[in-house]
Amino acid sequence: MSRILVSGLGAVSPAGWNLAAFRQAIEASHPLPIVPLARPGWDKPLRTRPVPPPATRPAFLAHPRLRRSSPITHYAASAALEALAGRDMPKRVGLIFCLQSGCVQYSYRFFEEALADPATASPLVFPETVFAAPASHVPLVETLIGDPACFLQGLALGADWLLQDRAEVCLVVGSEEINWLRADALWHLEHAAIISGGAGVVALGRDPALSIGVELSAITEALSFSARQDRPQAARAMRAELGAGVPGELLCDGLGDSPRADGPERTAWSDWTGPRLGLKRIFGEGLMAAAAWQCVAAADAVAAKRFPAAAVSLVGCNQQAIGARFVPFQCH
Amino acid sequence: MKFPFPTPPSEAPRVVVTGAGIITALGVGWQANAEGFRAGRTAFRPVTLFDVSRHRVKTAAQVDLPALPPMHLNPRQLSRLDRASALLLLAAGEAWQQAGWERTDNLPVVLGTTSGGMLLGEDYFRQAVRTPRRHRRQPTRAFHYQAQTQGRMLLDALDISGPITITSNACASGTCAVGLAWELIRRGQAGRVFAGGYDVLSEMVFSGFDALQALSPTTCRPFDARRDGLAIGEGAAMLALETLESAQRRDAAILGEIIGYGTTIDLHHLTQPHPEGNAALETMSLACRSAQVTPADVDYINAHGTGTPLNDGAEAKAIARWAGERAATLPVSSTKASIGHLLGAAGAVESIICLMALRDQWLPPQTAFETPDPACNFPIVRKPRDARLNVALSNSFGFGGVNATLIFRRWA
Repeated sequence: MSRILVSGLGAVSPAGWNLAAFRQAIEASHPLPIVPLARPGWDKPLRTRPVPPPATRPAFLAHPRLRRSSPITHYAASAALEALAGRDMPKRVGLIFCLQSGCVQYSYRFFEEALADPATASPLVFPETVFAAPASHVPLVETLIGDPACFLQGLALGADWLLQDRAEVCLVVGSEEINWLRADALWHLEHAAIISGGAGVVALGRDPALSIGVELSAITEALSFSARQDRPQAARAMRAELGAGVPGELLCDGLGDSPRADGPERTAWSDWTGPRLGLKRIFGEGLMAAAAWQCVAAADAVAAKRFPAAAVSLVGCNQQAIGARFVPFQCH
Repeated sequence: MKFPFPTPPSEAPRVVVTGAGIITALGVGWQANAEGFRAGRTAFRPVTLFDVSRHRVKTAAQVDLPALPPMHLNPRQLSRLDRASALLLLAAGEAWQQAGWERTDNLPVVLGTTSGGMLLGEDYFRQAVRTPRRHRRQPTRAFHYQAQTQGRMLLDALDISGPITITSNACASGTCAVGLAWELIRRGQAGRVFAGGYDVLSEMVFSGFDALQALSPTTCRPFDARRDGLAIGEGAAMLALETLESAQRRDAAILGEIIGYGTTIDLHHLTQPHPEGNAALETMSLACRSAQVTPADVDYINAHGTGTPLNDGAEAKAIARWAGERAATLPVSSTKASIGHLLGAAGAVESIICLMALRDQWLPPQTAFETPDPACNFPIVRKPRDARLNVALSNSFGFGGVNATLIFRRWA
């Protein structure tokens, strides 16, 4: 059995702390409310779609390791536990943690303290700024960084670990958090984008009994942007490599409200006539979390048998274009 | 990695290194660094990149950055070149030239870093909190501080293309990058991979270790009974990895062979290793199993050896438990005593130090070591000396608990 199956999904998003809230927001198809975020020294606030506070404090936050951890870790832990819910905890879990911005709240706080007076900067905060911090405490771990298409590199690495039998289950996590500095940076790059935070988790496994009825069918080559292949060319190459799907296939694209940033992806898929789902209009620009949400939504749509297959298009902002396809899995 | 993967070869191919580029505070290039280590030099000096007047510690292994050799970057890219990219490109240029690889459109690149273009991020922060607000150059900083832009700069500088994978497992990042590259080739997913690590000296990270009181206010002396902390450095290293068959087909000069890799996570604490070195022991054992060697076969260990009481104590116990009786005669050194802890670059740089030692048959010394710690039951290499080496092992451990080990064999 060399097939790679989806064995669980989890999501924390501006719609709430679980997959049910995520699904409801997609079904409603209305952009979630925008929350202003103060930008020091400026009258005009930044526009964000943050994760709302949980209705009740999740029990897992009582874990000692999570006491000082960043929101990224909280979101990721919640989504990961949801993806593993309803089954015995596997003994050999692999975790591939994908990040673009990382723990910006603690990085901001620590550097502000260090500039003010390095002698009093908090030694407790600094370790939490490290990219690898949210992924600690899991038996097999890899932290990948890159633009949002990196999430599909994470899925491919997870599939490789499973085929090598290095893990029973691989959790591939994309997570991001909001603070004003990150929102400010995005504003500088894309004025129309609305920053959001949260996490998405795809649990991969090989045991048909634990599958949600979805198989990872394909991931394209990671098509880097370079002087030899610009972003539009990479987007078109990804589309061509992904090939034609079955009739009625769903396309989960990464288009938002930014004409300039969306241009290459929009052009690459301009002849697409099938159904499509654009999550950024609903949830905002969640960077790596948004990439994870695209995969969660695609796999979930196939699991619910709403579509015969689902393609994911990820044209990252400054690294690469990668596509993927999920199809139904039937155990014969 | 394109999925579905190609069928793995029935027998994993041997992986050799045909190009190695290195830049540290000891100098630029293989030769300058090899001479520095063989002469037992250290490279610490007062930090001038940022103000350290209010820090406990005021020195680091800061690189004198030379001008870049001619590459394929356009004037706009050159004007935006940050320090991290410059370090990476200097190492990459040397490795590329040494490997003699031709331009290609599908060369996987695997990089390890902890902070990418952090200096640009710091500049972004300073300007963002300044009043009155100014936006000039902020979009460029927001775009270019991310590690993937250094990776793209590398592609363009060498006029190549290919997938970039960036691993950020804290101080094990460089070792993990080389290990990932090794696995890609062994699994038949690539015939050649360009891999390494880089990190710059930044105020944020320097302040972080200073705040943790992890920096030595005296001299970084790993495994010494009176050790009192680490020293930070900066640098980069890149390695050209390919199958033995590919290297022999084109008659390439082989610098050494990578024969094993192992990685584990220490389920203990965010910044502290398990005091008994449990995960370090496991990662060395895993690497040995994949290399099909035993501790008796290993001739030298380039230790993680940061110089902090907790790290070195745990690593010493792990080496003692792993090596058993062999520990008493197994030469160990931490080259961080010469060039500092290069964080995400450390594992890649130390890989090249192992290759230097294997190729030219000498033991890299640990320049500072006075009082042996009774917990360390292995000999520390205190002076540079010639030795017969066939197999070398390199350890890297990081915040978050990732441990990684690579094993190299002499090519003769």
